[in-house]
Amino acid sequence: MDVDLILFIGIGLIAVISAISMLASRNAIYSALFLVINFITMATLFLLMNAAFIAMVQVTVYAGAIMVLFLFVIMLLGAERLQSTRSMPWQLPVAILLGLALIAEVVFALFNDAANVAEGFSENVAQGFGSPTSIGRILFDQYLVPFEITSILLLVAMIGAIVITRDHRKESQ
Amino acid sequence: MNVPLNYLLVLSGVLFTIGILGVLVRRNAIVIFMSIELMLNSANLALIAFARSFAPAAEALRGHVLVFFVIAVAAAEVAIGLALIVVIFRTKQSIDVDQVSSLKG
Repeated sequence: MDVDLILFIGIGLIAVISAISMLASRNAIYSALFLVINFITMATLFLLMNAAFIAMVQVTVYAGAIMVLFLFVIMLLGAERLQSTRSMPWQLPVAILLGLALIAEVVFALFNDAANVAEGFSENVAQGFGSPTSIGRILFDQYLVPFEITSILLLVAMIGAIVITRDHRKESQ
Repeated sequence: MNVPLNYLLVLSGVLFTIGILGVLVRRNAIVIFMSIELMLNSANLALIAFARSFAPAAEALRGHVLVFFVIAVAAAEVAIGLALIVVIFRTKQSIDVDQVSSLKG
């Protein structure tokens, strides 16, 4: 068993355990913090796969901005604990059963073809693969229009969030 | 890191399934939203793993660009979704998704 595999299994276990804890914890704030752990372990996995720029974006945007927004809304609403009002008690076992079936299907589909099971990544990676320079070059060279559309999307989301949360009762007075 | 691509895809699938279970099992709308983020992130993991497996080719970086767009769209989605949750809480005094059933016949 080589070092890479041990490293991968360790990081993968942390990711899966933090995801399950996110699902299982009753308090929504703990869920958010477990999700931050999950995102940071994912960022380390991205770093190990030569995706330096995406790893940094993951930490700043996901673990930083998005999760702070989540925590802010949870604390604003004071809705971290909900009394469970389960109207469909049969739903939980059915969901777990279907989830296990999906995992089994994924594992079967990926390991059915024995040819590429043991095949690792190729060692020769170009210098600067996944660096901000290379990503920026391909982004502004080939994907300029989608990039600009993304900026419009973010603008629309910003205006939409302000318009949706505006309090109409106060304005009519 | 030099592990087979299949292992990373299995990790991605497992995380995606946990996200699906979160959407199905939890009733708290904010936790459901976090599960959706988990699912998006597991898709990103698969994309990065594929990009790494095609690494010597220059086209492999397109996977990274796609992940970049997914992250941007996820940020927009979270802004709108949390605004909707705030409005639902203001009208219903609850973010339990079972309570939001006014349209049910």
